[in-house]
Amino acid sequence: MSMPFYVSPEQLMKDRADYARKGIARGRSVVVLAYADGIAFATENPSRALHKISEIYDRIAFAAVGKYNEFENLRVAGVRYADLRGYSYDRSDVNARGLANAYAQTLGTVFTTESKPLEVELVVAEVGATPEADQIYRLSYDGSVADERDHVVMGGQAEVLADRLSAGWQPGLDLAGVVRLAVDVLGTQAEGDPRPLDPGQLEVAVLDRHRPRRAFRRLGAPALAELLEGSPPDERV
Amino acid sequence: MRPDHGRLPETFTTPGTSSFLDFLARHDPSLLPPGRPLPAGEVPASPSATTIVALAFDGGVVLAGDRRATAGSMIASRHIEKVFPADEYSAVGIAGTAGLALELVRLFQLELEHYEKIEGSLLSLDGKANRLATMIRGSLGLAMQGLAVVPLFGGYDLSREVGRIFSYDVTGGRYEETDFHAVGSGAVFARGSLKKLWWAGMAEHDAVRTAVHALVDAADDDSATGGPDSTRRIWPVVATVTARGYHRVEDAALAAAHAEVEGVRRATEAGGGETR
Repeated sequence: MSMPFYVSPEQLMKDRADYARKGIARGRSVVVLAYADGIAFATENPSRALHKISEIYDRIAFAAVGKYNEFENLRVAGVRYADLRGYSYDRSDVNARGLANAYAQTLGTVFTTESKPLEVELVVAEVGATPEADQIYRLSYDGSVADERDHVVMGGQAEVLADRLSAGWQPGLDLAGVVRLAVDVLGTQAEGDPRPLDPGQLEVAVLDRHRPRRAFRRLGAPALAELLEGSPPDERV
Repeated sequence: MRPDHGRLPETFTTPGTSSFLDFLARHDPSLLPPGRPLPAGEVPASPSATTIVALAFDGGVVLAGDRRATAGSMIASRHIEKVFPADEYSAVGIAGTAGLALELVRLFQLELEHYEKIEGSLLSLDGKANRLATMIRGSLGLAMQGLAVVPLFGGYDLSREVGRIFSYDVTGGRYEETDFHAVGSGAVFARGSLKKLWWAGMAEHDAVRTAVHALVDAADDDSATGGPDSTRRIWPVVATVTARGYHRVEDAALAAAHAEVEGVRRATEAGGGETR
């Protein structure tokens, strides 16, 4: 058997991170935004069945970018984690922080011990009784967790979109306002005019704090078209 | 076994099943109600839930349950609830050992919601009914020790656009009922009552009144079934399931239905128990 080449730990981690980052940047972005009545999620996704945004529990939702099979596996694990916890204790004892920690440990372990890191980036969000109680956690491929406020962009050209998003976001937006902002941001391109996006190409869902028990609700193309049309063009952000 | 390093255990990330029960059986079978072996011997008297009635009407089903639980000859509870939403388009009522039955309902509700979240679509009504049959069959061992749970399941079939009723036996047998059914200790009396009061194509409010009437009749002859209590204002739990989903009938409507039933009974009964 030949001796393997020596690779420094720094180089090893850097190679893995570069690999994961490249995979994540290939897909379309997901934006997550807080608004007056809850938290909105939006992405460009022509598929009606393969979701990037899903319900995890009563007040908790999940959004992901990257490799579908990898984040789908994590999503199912999250639903199992939440349902088992709610069954063993009580529904009110399931929270986003616990789930974010479990995901972080999983992503971190895979990143350091397995030959290939997971090419995913996740958001776990929980809607509270008031906007101040909302929680948004962003998880990276290496297991790092960030406690985000107000809004998050991940995947695709995240940096370009993030500038646009922070310029347009303000506290207390209503649902129509936040959906319009999300669509504008998703259509932003590094160069040239923004692309117009058809409601049929979008996957949009909200965690609505005023809904009883299960707060998660998907907005279909007709509902989206109504929200997007309801505004005069000069009010667009 | 590989060390976990605090990551989600392997059972969580194993693809394949959309069932919470199957997941639980693989992850930690001791959490399943039938997973706990019972020691030999008599089980001490424990609260038992009694009468549930279900009937079909034009556009849906009604499920209703009285509010009494008994332990032997004692009334264990006056306000126990035995009819629950299983999910948005179905309801389940339970008779039998109360503690196990409530646990079964909790697990059944979770099973349906878990499937819906993982698959992104609702189970068919037949699928839900079969799932419940499997769960009942799983607790046959408990039933043999006298801890039987017998549910009554009703729901709105979104593909056929009708309300349907399913009854069960302790062995997990699943039987579809076309018109009406009742389970529990007062079932015989409730069924006799429904036989005379039910008609095909009845309207929703007629169905609610008929369900209350059947429970009143069951309570009249069965000591383990509690009738509506107008003094304490404890009314049966009556739920309708239609194309609009699960709806629990409000107390005011039940009080009115009960008053109507009482009116009918008063008109036909001689007072004072006099011999005619």
